[in-house]
Amino acid sequence: MVKKIIKITYIVLSLAFIYAPIILLTVYSFNLSQSIGIWSKKWGFGLYQQLFTDKSIMQTVLNTVILALLASVCSTILGTIGAIGTFYSKRKVKGALNALTQIPVINAEIVTAISIALVCSMFAFGRTYASLLIGHIVLCFPFVYLSVLPKLKQLDGNLYEAALDLGASPTKALFKVIIPEILPGIFSGFMLAVTLSLDDYIITTFTRPPTFDTISTYVFDAYAKGGKGSSVPALRALSTLIFVLMILILVIQNVSASRRRKKNENNR
Amino acid sequence: MKALKFSRKQLGIPYGVFMLFFVVLPLLLIVLYAFTVETHEPTTNDIAYFSFSFENFVYFFGSSANIRAIYVSFGLAIITTVICLLVAYPVAYILARSKMKWKNVVLMLFILPMWINFVLRTAAMKELLFKIGLYKSSKLSMVNTVIGMVYDYLPFTILPLYTVLIKLDKNLIEASQDLGANSVQTFFKVVIPLSAPGIVSAITMVLLPTTTSYVVSDTLGNGNVTIIGKLIEDQFSTMFDWHAGSAIAMILLVLIFITMLITRKFSDEEVNTRGGGLW
Repeated sequence: MVKKIIKITYIVLSLAFIYAPIILLTVYSFNLSQSIGIWSKKWGFGLYQQLFTDKSIMQTVLNTVILALLASVCSTILGTIGAIGTFYSKRKVKGALNALTQIPVINAEIVTAISIALVCSMFAFGRTYASLLIGHIVLCFPFVYLSVLPKLKQLDGNLYEAALDLGASPTKALFKVIIPEILPGIFSGFMLAVTLSLDDYIITTFTRPPTFDTISTYVFDAYAKGGKGSSVPALRALSTLIFVLMILILVIQNVSASRRRKKNENNR
Repeated sequence: MKALKFSRKQLGIPYGVFMLFFVVLPLLLIVLYAFTVETHEPTTNDIAYFSFSFENFVYFFGSSANIRAIYVSFGLAIITTVICLLVAYPVAYILARSKMKWKNVVLMLFILPMWINFVLRTAAMKELLFKIGLYKSSKLSMVNTVIGMVYDYLPFTILPLYTVLIKLDKNLIEASQDLGANSVQTFFKVVIPLSAPGIVSAITMVLLPTTTSYVVSDTLGNGNVTIIGKLIEDQFSTMFDWHAGSAIAMILLVLIFITMLITRKFSDEEVNTRGGGLW
């Protein structure tokens, strides 16, 4: 009994540590004070109003989402064709491509970031949207590759052969047989790419055009470069909205996953 | 007109070409920049004016501030990793062995912050530290940075540990108890060694970002904490000396390569992909 109480207390304390900052921000997002240390007597949705009327923040949010979607689509395509190409190549090519794919995964993000910056300045397109997009693709594609590869391993090799025997061209067999079978892997790779891109600060800051901001760079500039205790009050509202949105997505995701699991069990 | 036809393995070609241009070539450029200096004033970043030199490395190791940054980085990384493991291991162990109905929900709660923007979470931590008064003293910069890093990387530690612990064969624990080991002995001689892949993967996931990602140390360190990643950033963004920056990046690359060789034999593919199994 005592053991159980200790265990539960430990879990609760750890959760409290993880959620304390988030809860504090959420509470303060309804308080109109300029900095968090001081309670203001005014409560309300003022910060949310500020947030939605602040053009620079709205632009930043839009930038972040568009970049994440673009980079994820590109890296999903790249990672998927890479995984298929690699999986069916001869042993030596397979080994080489596999090893190269691991490089961005194990490399420090800052090294990747400056290496992309160097290569882009060498090709004379410098820091533009293109270099930013390439940076994010390099960040994401290995993870798509890594989530597609296991699905290819599970795939029954005979299916493709059967499609060819039945008269499908290799291209058609690829799109009608292989792609549908590995779709779950492609989808989870895409989701992972979206989260990685949304989360990234370092690659963004080294490859972005000078006036382009994502949420990460905007928040970092406000908090780290603004000096002691500086903050932008409207960002508290933004953070709260992002927290709530992420929680909602994950809850929906999990509920639907557990429903699907139950359905499968019932069918069996 | 002939229809566009390609077979499966030809898809590897565009993939390989992309990686040559944006993975291999960039790294080669870092090596090139690291071993050269620019002879033209003002700087042009034109290869024609590069001349071979070890100057960047000599300069780097000659500066006491840089050496200090190396110590600070490794100190911070090791302390953060140890604290993360000490906090995360019991959490993962309790959850993995519990028969609670809510187990999955609790686990989800622990790793949910992984999907919330890293910079935002760090900023939230800054607000909290400010609120409870820890942020005011500059003596506490290091402590604040460690708190922030532990906070940010804890979910990344819990997940791989949980993944190995849940797969642990319970019969082995029972066997150990049957053979007369007490629970402490069982824990240290059976459970810990069997969860080594998870521990190694947790370490690699925390160690590298803590030495190189300067987001936390810049936000919470009050300007007093400089880590290796920050040195590179300074060279690129403030000093505009890409050669010196590349030299530091190359030193990092070599260190990463060595760590990888050491940890490779422990690594377990399933535990190793940054939360990949979750979606």
